[in-house]
Amino acid sequence: MEKTFDWFGSRGVTLRKSGSDREYAGEVSGIEGIELVLLSAGEIPRELAAGNIHLGVTGSDLVREKLANWDSQVGELALMGFGGADLIIAVPQAWVDVDTLDDLDAAAAAFRAKHGFRMRIATKYHRLVREFLREQGVADYQLIDSQGATEGTVKNETAEAIADITSTGETLRANGLKILDDGLIHASQATLFRGRRMDWTDEQRKTLKALQMVLGI
Amino acid sequence: MPNSPQILAEAYRLRDLFATQGVQVIEADVLQSAETLLDLYGEDIRARAYVTSDPLRGEMVLRPDFTVPVVQMHMQSHADPARYAYAGKVFRKQENDETRANEYMQVGYEVFDGKNPAATDAEVFAMIADALAGLPVRAATGDIGILTAAVHGLRTSDARKAALLRHIWRPHRFKSLLKRYASGNMPAKRSALLAAADPFADAGPDIGMRRRSEVEARIAALRADAQEPPISADEVMLIDAILDLRETMPNVLSHLRDIVVDMPAIAHAVARMEARASALDARGVDVDNLDFEGSYGRSSLEYYDGFVFGFYATARPDLPPVATGGRYDALTARLGEGRAVPAVGGVIRPDLALGIK
Repeated sequence: MEKTFDWFGSRGVTLRKSGSDREYAGEVSGIEGIELVLLSAGEIPRELAAGNIHLGVTGSDLVREKLANWDSQVGELALMGFGGADLIIAVPQAWVDVDTLDDLDAAAAAFRAKHGFRMRIATKYHRLVREFLREQGVADYQLIDSQGATEGTVKNETAEAIADITSTGETLRANGLKILDDGLIHASQATLFRGRRMDWTDEQRKTLKALQMVLGI
Repeated sequence: MPNSPQILAEAYRLRDLFATQGVQVIEADVLQSAETLLDLYGEDIRARAYVTSDPLRGEMVLRPDFTVPVVQMHMQSHADPARYAYAGKVFRKQENDETRANEYMQVGYEVFDGKNPAATDAEVFAMIADALAGLPVRAATGDIGILTAAVHGLRTSDARKAALLRHIWRPHRFKSLLKRYASGNMPAKRSALLAAADPFADAGPDIGMRRRSEVEARIAALRADAQEPPISADEVMLIDAILDLRETMPNVLSHLRDIVVDMPAIAHAVARMEARASALDARGVDVDNLDFEGSYGRSSLEYYDGFVFGFYATARPDLPPVATGGRYDALTARLGEGRAVPAVGGVIRPDLALGIK
């Protein structure tokens, strides 16, 4: 939130929270006709698609994961250059024979033959990971849902590999994992989106134009 | 409207058309066990089918097609031969195209009869073609058995053949595997791994269910593979020639007879295709103008492993196929617990058939 406020602030639009810290509303100055609502990053894609909000700042990974055909439902107005994190596939460092998706696929085939079930990949990004692995032609895996502490699932033996967001890779290394050389699924960053489905009034369109002028985007 | 009274009426009309003498009309449960489907199709089924949960039975799926329940039913009945007709709704998630129906009728005809595969292939194709007679559709056919036989016939290790066969239905990975096997090159990291005195020198902690012994087994397999000579450029050309076939059935057969000279391993599969062409002709199908594509049926989710076909609306290339079908012997082997029954079947979508009338 701070970084979003800074991004807008440095471009002449001041955002601030109104009232007490517990209130999820805010104020906008430097431009007329815009109201600020504070929502969690994960809710913003859905609210944009539903037309409950017109503009939203959230991670590009969340929009792609939560919205089918995301680019028909929302449009990217500006990549904001912070909040960078990569959605990647990581496997144990002890798998010295696995560096690429090609290796992962071969290891998955052998794993299934030996253990009788498909190799498990823990993630909360089901759509993105499945689409990526389908495009790449990786078989004999299954996705296991993990909403937190995903890097611990391999040690706990609830998954063999993971697909998760990382910015430095430090947590992965600390947990004995390594990133596949061609395992980058999506490079995410904070992005300003507009909803496409909303029946925007002329006045709202004008406000968006004015905002884009002020922000220089 | 994929489920109007007219469509239901058309569905039952088509089903009754299929229900000739000796054909059983069957029903199947809408809710199917997810385990079987997940085991067969893998994670992709979650993108294609509605997976839901039952507090006692675990994960269940709204049937995405009738093939699996029909095979299971047949395997339990031990009837042989058997013919089945059905009509019912299937449910498919549409993740990318909301104009496509997610709940629609399917009318099917399935034959479990091992006596004469060419004749049963032709029987199913002709049944579907006759049911669609008069509609503006064109048929496309293929034969996954030809490609499978060609892979079996490559002069290379069984491990490489198995890897290629595993990816018959994933054209992208198949192509890149074939390319790598033909190049004789090895990625730098792999050469380093195989050259290392102790491959585990820099390995992290042993964590997870894939044990050290499994990693060692794969390194041994990679070592053996490194000794393997590259697949010859001639053989790759023959595989490409098969995949690029795209002509009428008689012309394709004449090309394939040429390819057999260099690749005798496909002779049996080509003979099967010739027998099928005669059987189709005997059923009154215009074989001389029937299209055949060497890659047809490879990117579908189904377990077709021989003859494959589809009927497409000529004026509506945007529509999914009006009818599809094929042979799925391997599926019965997977579901039959050791017992396999040669099987071939096809389905029509009555909503699409009515829509192009």
